[in-house]
This record gives sequence, structure tokens and C-alpha cells, in this order.
Amino acid sequence: MNSLFRLPEASTHAVTVDHIFYLLLVLSGATVVLVFGLILLFAVRYRRGSAAKRGPMPEILSREFEIGWTVATLLTFAFLFWWASSADLSSLAAPTGALEIHVVAKQWMWKTQHSNGAREINALHVPLEKPVHLLMSSQDVIHSFFVPAFRVKKDVLPGRDTDLWFQASKTGTFPLLCAEYCGTNHSVMQGKIVVMRQDDYAKWLVQQPEGDDLAHEGAKLFVSQGCSGCHAGSSNVHAPRLAGLYGRAVQLADGRTVSANDAYIRDSILQPKRDVVAGFEPIMPSFKGLLDDGEIQSLTAYIRSLREEQQND
Amino acid sequence: MTDALLAGELPLPPRPDYLRHGSTISSWLATTDHKRIAILYAITITFFFFLGGAAITAVRLELFQPNGWLLTSDTYNKLFSFHGIIMVWFFLVPSIPNTFGNFLLPLMIGAPDVAFPRLNLFSWYLTVAAGAFTVYALVAGGVDTGWTFYTPYSSMFSNTHVFAAAAGVFVVGFASIATGVNFIATTHMLRAPGMTWFRLPLFVWAIYATSLIMVLATPVLAISLLLVIAERVLGLPIFDPARGGDPILFQHLFWFYSHPAVYIMVLPAMGVVSEIIPCFARRRIFGYDFMVYAMLAIAGVGFFVWGHHMFVSGQSALASLVFSFLSFIIAVPSAIKVFNWTASLYRGQISFESPMLYALGFVGLFTTGGLSGLFLASIPVDIHVTDTYFVVAHFHYIMVGGSVSAFFAGLHFWWPKVTGKLYPESWAKFAAILMYAGFNMTFLPQFFAGYLGMPRRYHTYPAEFQIYNVMSSAGAAVLAIAYLLPLGYLTWSLFYGGNAAKNPWGATGLEWTTGSPPPPKNFDRQPRVDRGPYDYHAEGMSAGTDPPEMQNARETR
Repeated sequence: MNSLFRLPEASTHAVTVDHIFYLLLVLSGATVVLVFGLILLFAVRYRRGSAAKRGPMPEILSREFEIGWTVATLLTFAFLFWWASSADLSSLAAPTGALEIHVVAKQWMWKTQHSNGAREINALHVPLEKPVHLLMSSQDVIHSFFVPAFRVKKDVLPGRDTDLWFQASKTGTFPLLCAEYCGTNHSVMQGKIVVMRQDDYAKWLVQQPEGDDLAHEGAKLFVSQGCSGCHAGSSNVHAPRLAGLYGRAVQLADGRTVSANDAYIRDSILQPKRDVVAGFEPIMPSFKGLLDDGEIQSLTAYIRSLREEQQND
Repeated sequence: MTDALLAGELPLPPRPDYLRHGSTISSWLATTDHKRIAILYAITITFFFFLGGAAITAVRLELFQPNGWLLTSDTYNKLFSFHGIIMVWFFLVPSIPNTFGNFLLPLMIGAPDVAFPRLNLFSWYLTVAAGAFTVYALVAGGVDTGWTFYTPYSSMFSNTHVFAAAAGVFVVGFASIATGVNFIATTHMLRAPGMTWFRLPLFVWAIYATSLIMVLATPVLAISLLLVIAERVLGLPIFDPARGGDPILFQHLFWFYSHPAVYIMVLPAMGVVSEIIPCFARRRIFGYDFMVYAMLAIAGVGFFVWGHHMFVSGQSALASLVFSFLSFIIAVPSAIKVFNWTASLYRGQISFESPMLYALGFVGLFTTGGLSGLFLASIPVDIHVTDTYFVVAHFHYIMVGGSVSAFFAGLHFWWPKVTGKLYPESWAKFAAILMYAGFNMTFLPQFFAGYLGMPRRYHTYPAEFQIYNVMSSAGAAVLAIAYLLPLGYLTWSLFYGGNAAKNPWGATGLEWTTGSPPPPKNFDRQPRVDRGPYDYHAEGMSAGTDPPEMQNARETR
């Protein structure tokens, strides 16, 4: 798979990371040559009893000399920080229009679900040259989604969503590894990422057994779990309407304002007393223990889709 | 005629040194002599070092093959966890401070003992009790959380002996705190007349800075482990997200201690090397005051870099940026120290006895490890290599290559002082070179494996990484021999070694002005200090071959 010293650069991000890596390697190599070289040079030249000149120390080895190399080191490191961090800034947020895929980790497997509902276990098919945005959560302990060929890694947490994005730049099969120690079979919690040409991916996707897509699954849950009893427009109960909620700023009863993102929706389902919307009574029961992570993701997807319908109106 | 006779005094009758001052069991187990307590610690941590070493030997054997040919996954996980817990808390953290620190701090500042001798003995008993908890955890079936005890795995999912192991670490933390308090008080209160702060040997500064970290950081470790135990045993919802807890909270608490803990392990090592290099180069240390400020800066800034362990944990991008910046900043004082050690060789009269070889080995391995730290401070690179063997290699270069090399450097440097015996020098040189080679053979391949994507704590691994693991395991065998050799020839020297003079290396420093081994209260007369440390030659000159000016260990009249 890998050659002995080269790891494939299979994402756009991998190229950036390797650039920084190689610069650091060159700089470190130069420092090693300098320090080891000086030590060797001094060790030989100033070995005890050698004829090398000793006498009074040269003027230049003064306090200013010391301050000089301190400042030089400081500036080098500040530059490195700036260079490495600014390269990373673009990779912080997924571009709009990225393909959204949900990932659920559990001891000791990866479950992935595509936007049309197709599910995979320990595998993930993605299209080439299209940004892919992973929304991830864990059902038990902390795991970490690691694709060496893409140079990406992100911990997958219980009770909270984390995300990750990449854009594959090479077709092929690449290892997916769990990088956060998660118990007995941590080392076999592996999978594969299959990067396909976009048309191949489209073909592959339609061939998959039709699951409901997440939003539709969420819509069913919305009714079966009784959410619609209060949150539907026709309800008599005084509960916030959810259409157009996603992504909006929400005023809370205690005066705070939060953004209605995935984390907020998850919290509102599991801990409804925490962030009560201004003007509403805290009457909603908690759904903790009634919904698993996959179902919460489906409900979130449904609520997100309500935003899209709103915009289309 | 001696000075004493000239001053009109009767010569003192010969007195037994601290080793021969009493030979009953209770004269050791109930001693309050800092030197005997140092010996007790040395025996204890040697035991733990080889215990932790045995665990990792099994791990390295297992990794010869990618498919787990020897151990079950559970056993493997327990072995690396045990290795980490033992090596960090029962070897590395107490290694230099509790042995050399205990032995040398009072000697170096011209004091008869530490400030609180009985507290000192109590710390040792705490260490032994804590070790008993941890060994119990192993014997009873082991613990499989890794040395990091990450929640919610440790608090809710692991069914191994987390309680015993965490209790062990909790208790040994108090030993650490007590020792830290003791050393701080000693340094403040018991310096000999004339021993001003800027005449302190750098080893004393290093121990002082280390003690500050121990006292300030270790309570946070105690709190985080207590919370794990509270959730695990009492069921309190602290880290369980289903009940409103936050598993990441543990990581913040844990690394708030555990990053400074790296400096607890490496600052004393820097102190040791700062004593040895001037001695064998016959040079004043270059930039003494910068060395002091660098250590204090490391101790201070070290408290604000913990988040670089958490770049992939989902912490905010802003937090990651701040932690990344501070991590680069803390590399500056470390770099300064490397430059200063190197510059201290310039125009020296360098000889290469075994302590110097170990010390130069330290500089080499610490430089390599420190430079690999720059990769981990850069967010994009860290994201790729964190939790891989790259990190394993990095921290072993600092904590094993650095601290353990320095421990052996100090052991060979002060062995004649501590035991009064001389060891076979050629064996010692051979072991020093073998240790450097074996270390690099073991851990250099891990940088490659990690960069290529081999995660740490993997019992089985993709076959393409086998070549690196075989190299690593073969290197570990060499390293094991290098660690066992000193055990052999140093023990031999206790029985058959020649007697050491007061000052076999011709070093400066008050510890060399008293007997080898020193008398029970260290000095026959109160030493007075009239010059700075490392007075191997006149200010502004290069190294000479004359014996150095010694401190005046006799009362001046």
C-alpha cells in the first residue's frame, strides 16, 4: 500500500500539511547539523590537552550575543507558528455545498450514512474532488477518525457532534483508523475509504439498498416520538415552531442568544431545560435514553431540511 | 599542620560517614537523613524502572509480528498501561528530584539536611504505599486505560482495576507535593552564608523550578483522578455526557497537570547536565543567568500549553491557535539551553569520562526530541501525527532519551560521592555509547511509522508497518542491555570498587568539599560561599588545566 517512506497525498489538505512538514524537516535537519556539528567540532578541537588556542574569551561572546540568538529563535518560532497556522485556517470550516455524510462510532466499528440513506459499516465511499463534510458522534467512548492518506483526524465524542472535512484528490482505497484508544479491540477498529470518480460514486450510490434518507427518517421519528404533538404548526400547545429554525439566532429566556446549530438541537432534545427559548414555558420532557445517536442525527437532519423548505417558499 | 590545628583546635576524631553511621534495619527505615532517604528512593525507583521495563519488553516482543502472536488484546492493553503508569509516576517524576535532589540539594547549598526531614521520610512511605496500590492493580488483573485515564472509558467502560491504579497515582501525587514543599523551603531557608540566589548551582535552580511545578500542578492531577473515582464508584455524573457531564473536561484537567509534568521530568535532567558539562569542559557555564531565566520561563509557560494535546479533541479553533503559539514560545528557552550547553564547550579542556558521554547523549537526544516538538506545535502537522507513533517517539526522546540519559549521567557523576566507590570506567563508557545507539535504534523508526500513520496503542497493526516495529524491537533489546549493564558494574563497584577521593572529577560545588561518602550532617563546619558556581577559570578567560577554585568549606577567620 504505502512505499517505505512515502504516504500517499490523497487529499488537497495532505499537500498543505506535507509542505509544512517538509519545511520543519529541513529546518530541524539544519539545526541538528548545526548543534551536532558544533559539539563534534568543539569536542575534537578543545579536547583536553589539545594545542587549540584558549586564552581570553573573544569579545563577541557577550550578553548581546546571547540576546541575539534568543531573539532570532523567538522570531523563527513566531514565523513557524504564523506559517503553520495560517495554512490551517482554510481547513477549519467546510465549504458550503459540501457533501454531508454522517458517521457514528462505537466499540469497535465505524458506521457511515450517506445523504440518501445508504449505510456502510467500516467503509466509506466518497467522490473524487468534491468536498465531503463528516458529522460524527460516538455511542460510547471517545474514538478518533483518522485517515492518514488525507492527513485528517478528529476525535469522535459521545454526546456531542464533531465534524471534519476533506476533498479527495486521488482515487483508490485508503485506510481509516481509530486513533483514540477505545478499549480491547481498539486496534481492529479499522475501515477503508474508497475514493471514486464522481460518476462512479453516483452509480454506486443508487445501487445501494434504498434506506430512507436522514431527513425522511427524521420526519417519521418526529411523528412517532410525539414531537409533532407540540411542535407542529397545528398544535394547541405553546411550543416553538421549528421551520426556519436551523442556523438562526435564538433568544433564550435567560437573556442569552445562541445559534441554532446541531449541538443546540441535540441539547434541546436531550436537556430541554438548559436553553429555554424566550417566551416559552419549560414544559418539554427530555428524550434522553429514548433516542440513540443515529436517531438524533436523523431528527437534526429533518429540522435542517425545514430550513431549506422555508428558503424555497 | 591542618587549618584546624593552626586555629588552635584539636583535630576531630574520625567519624563514620552516613552509610556506616548505623547499620540496623530501623536506622534505614526510620532515618531522617536526606542522603539515606535518597538511597531508599533510589532502590524503590530502580525496582519500578525494571518492572515498567519488563512490561514494555513483552509489548515490544509482541510487536515483532503484526498479528498479535503472543498476547491477547486485553493483556497487551494492560501491559502498555502499566508501563506508562509505572514509568511516569513511579520512575520519571521521582527519578532525579527524589534521588539526586534529595541527596544533593542540602549538600549543594551547604545545609545539614532538608527543611523538613521527617516529611521527607513520610514522602518515601507514601511513594511505597502508592506503589503497592499500583502493583496490586497489576497483580489483581491489571488496568487497561492507558496512563492517561481518558474518560468516559476509564470512568464508565473499563472493567479493569482503575480504582486501585488511580488511587496509587493519587497517593504518589501527595509524595510529590510534600517533596516539592520540602525542597522549596530548603532552598529558601537553609542556604549557607554567602550562597546567594545567583550563586546557586543550576541543579539547585532546576530542582527549585521543578518543585514549584510539583506543588502547583499535582493537586490538579489529584482532583481529576478523584473525579474519575467519584464517577466510577459513586456514580456521580461528571464526565458522562448522557447525564450532562463532559468527557473533555477530564482531558483539560489531566493535561493541565500532565504537560507541566513533562517539565517535572526534564528540568532536573537539565540541571544535572548543567553540572556535568562545565566540569568536564573545565568551563564556566555559558550564560548562567539566561539558564536560570530559561528554567523559570519553562516552569511558568509550561502551565499554559496543555491544549496542544487536544488539537483534535474538538476544542475551539481559537483555543488551538493560542495553545499552538504558546507551545512555540516555550520551545525558545529550551533552544537557548541547548545553545548554551554547546557554547560552554567552546575553548574548553574537554575530557570524555562516562558522565560527560551520558550528558552529551542527553544534549543530542533532547535536541532531536525538542525539534520533533515543533512538528507537534504546528496544528496541521499535529492533527496528522497526534496519537500516532510520532508522538510516542517524540515524548520518549524527551522523557527517556533526555531524562533517563541525564539520570545515568548524574548516577555516574555522583556515584563516587554517594557510595564512596569507583566503578570501572571503560564499562561505563561502553554502556553510555550503547545506550545512545540503542535509544536511537528503538525510537527513530517510530517517527517514520507515526508519520506514515501507525496509531499508538495498537495491539495489531497493518503489515506495512512491520519493518519499523522490528527495527524498534531490535533496538529495544540493545537498549535493555545498556540499562542492565550499569546495574551490574555499579553493584560490582560497591563490593570491589576502589575508594573515591573527596573530589574525583575536580569539580566545583560544595558537595565536593566534604567526604565521599559525606558525614551524617554533611559538613564538619558550616561552609561559607564566596564565589559563584562553575569557577573553573577566571572570568572572561578560556578553560585552563589548573584545579578549580573550590568553595571554602571551612569557617573563615
